[in-house]
Amino acid sequence: MEIYWVLGIPLTGGLFLALWGSRRNAPEINALFSFLTLIAAAVLTARIIDQGPMVVGGEGWFFIDSFNVFLVTLTAFVSLTTALFSRPYMRIEKEHGRLNDKRLRLYHSSYQVFIGMMVLALTTNNMGILWVSMEGATLATVLLVSLYRTPASLEAAWKYFILCGVGIAQALFGTILLYFAAEKVLGSGGTALLWTHLNGVKEQLEPTVLQLAFVFLLVGYGTKVGLAPLHNWLPDAHAEGPTPVSAVLSGLLLNVALYAVMRSKVLVDGALGNDMAGNLMMGFGLLSVVVAAFLIKRQTDVKRMFAYSSIEHMGLITFAFGMGGPVASFAGLLHMTMHSLTKSAIFFAVGHATQKAGTQVMDGIRGLIKTNPTIGWGLMLGTVAILGVPPFGVFASEFLIITTAMHEHPWATPFLLLALGVAFAAIFGKVQPMVFGETELPRLPHMPALAPVFVHLGLVLMLGLFIPPYLAMWYRQAAALLGG
Amino acid sequence: MSLTYHLQVINLLAALLLLISFAMLSQRRIVGLITLFAWQGAALSTSTALVAWSTNQHHLYYSAGLTLALKVIAMPWFFYRLVKKLDVDHDVEPMINIPTTMLIGIVLVIFAFNLALPISQMSGTVMRSTLGIAMACVLLAFLMMITRSKAIPQVIGFMAMENGLFFAATSATYGMPLVVEMGVALDVMVALFVLGIMSFQIRESFDSMDLKHMEKLKEL
Repeated sequence: MEIYWVLGIPLTGGLFLALWGSRRNAPEINALFSFLTLIAAAVLTARIIDQGPMVVGGEGWFFIDSFNVFLVTLTAFVSLTTALFSRPYMRIEKEHGRLNDKRLRLYHSSYQVFIGMMVLALTTNNMGILWVSMEGATLATVLLVSLYRTPASLEAAWKYFILCGVGIAQALFGTILLYFAAEKVLGSGGTALLWTHLNGVKEQLEPTVLQLAFVFLLVGYGTKVGLAPLHNWLPDAHAEGPTPVSAVLSGLLLNVALYAVMRSKVLVDGALGNDMAGNLMMGFGLLSVVVAAFLIKRQTDVKRMFAYSSIEHMGLITFAFGMGGPVASFAGLLHMTMHSLTKSAIFFAVGHATQKAGTQVMDGIRGLIKTNPTIGWGLMLGTVAILGVPPFGVFASEFLIITTAMHEHPWATPFLLLALGVAFAAIFGKVQPMVFGETELPRLPHMPALAPVFVHLGLVLMLGLFIPPYLAMWYRQAAALLGG
Repeated sequence: MSLTYHLQVINLLAALLLLISFAMLSQRRIVGLITLFAWQGAALSTSTALVAWSTNQHHLYYSAGLTLALKVIAMPWFFYRLVKKLDVDHDVEPMINIPTTMLIGIVLVIFAFNLALPISQMSGTVMRSTLGIAMACVLLAFLMMITRSKAIPQVIGFMAMENGLFFAATSATYGMPLVVEMGVALDVMVALFVLGIMSFQIRESFDSMDLKHMEKLKEL
């Protein structure tokens, strides 16, 4: 039952805000809907922890297990904190004349639809509907990327629309091939694409077809994960869209796309009985980590830089899932959580910093610690956390990934360490003057609302020091579902 | 007896589909492109309906109807209106070297047939031999998207790609489950809506629908 609430609330919210989104209190309503979604997700999670995986509705339209319920909760949580962050942020943008009521209505409505589409993608049992909702999530955010209507933002949105459209068309072909293989075993009709049914008969699926299907699915959904060399849309969309959109794109959408890849991988692994899928993912993952690390070095725009850092981390997670096994899958899931929380926190801090400086160019942002200590510390701590400095959780997951890689795939370790080192030097070297550099600017008169930043970073810190046993259990269960 | 006859018609329509794909590749004018796109949709819809009739797959009638409504009527109408409103109907795209594009297209077709061969051998449908054509249509549409620099032709290429995928689904498995097909159709409609809004935005800020002006965001 809870599942309908989790799905229904954001979609109702989207409709409601489409009609009344230009009201003065629309930001609060937006946050309220996100809050309700989070409560519903929490209830759903409690139910899953209590009763184990379940299939809900009709012929089994929805399927919830430890793996996706964890992502649903994460999605709901980050969507709430982002909604809270966007409330003051978007108001200031409006005061600066970059947005008007009409665009804010579009923003609020699309935001809720986007969350709803991601939850649908996560909970659906039908691989076809998974495709439909992934495309739906893209379409809901295209107009958000071009919200400022500047030439650069339009270009970014167009690139996002076309590249992700083409990418996802490949995934549709992969889905067709999957259905083609499934239909031989399960018979034609609506149930042949249900993941639970497919999972039951995965050993009987035709290996050659599934092999081809996985390549298409990986390329298709991988475009949305931002895996190199299919990542071109990502930095543009993140840099040119409004900051709350960058935060949810980076923190949530990429995870959901990777989720789609993982669901496919479980099926393909069963059918093939070899490491083909894992090896492909490791290859793409490693390439993304290395390419992104070296591109970070040459960035001048702060949001672009952190967008490349997202590519790097998604590459690392893909690599971990590609290795497989209980430890690597556990580390991948942990890293997914850490990256979502940390990266969205960074975008919140960066949002305020760029808003205040009036530019996204890093050379134009100096001495945040003097003009506004809260933003300065938020950005610095977030950066330190994402770079994997010990007490924070990112360190724990990166450490697990690298030690597993050393053990099982030693050839990959030098590349990983080199890339992480380069990224560390590049990002730290660029953020340090932004925070501690000299500035002539006066202190900001008002305090920015940065509670979400510190809540996120607090969680990351806590998970780095101590993972509660039930949470660790939960991760282990989810990792086992991924074939660990 | 009648099945072989139907099959011949389906194969003919499939060949027509491929031919139209090539024609689209060489079409310079946007209006001509839209007409070709409508014809491609018509061929697709007819062949889907024929398959439905000859194999008694009733759900295929729905997808044939969806194709007819969306790809033959709604979209071309929408594109025509868009072109008129944006006043780009005399735009002739200076394309670099159509013969080269055509040659690349032929290579793609051969590649597609090779790729489709193992799958079509496994397939049990009456029209498995057309799977190669379907994949060729997808690749040709992709080629068209790459070689065009204007917004509307790019999107028509995207939709033509969808046509190819749809045809692939029909030839390999008699179409996807209905709920998925409905979902895909919904996505296509939303995509069209988004495109409509975006083309006006692009027009407003660039004073042209030529995406060559979009070269600000580049690495290096």
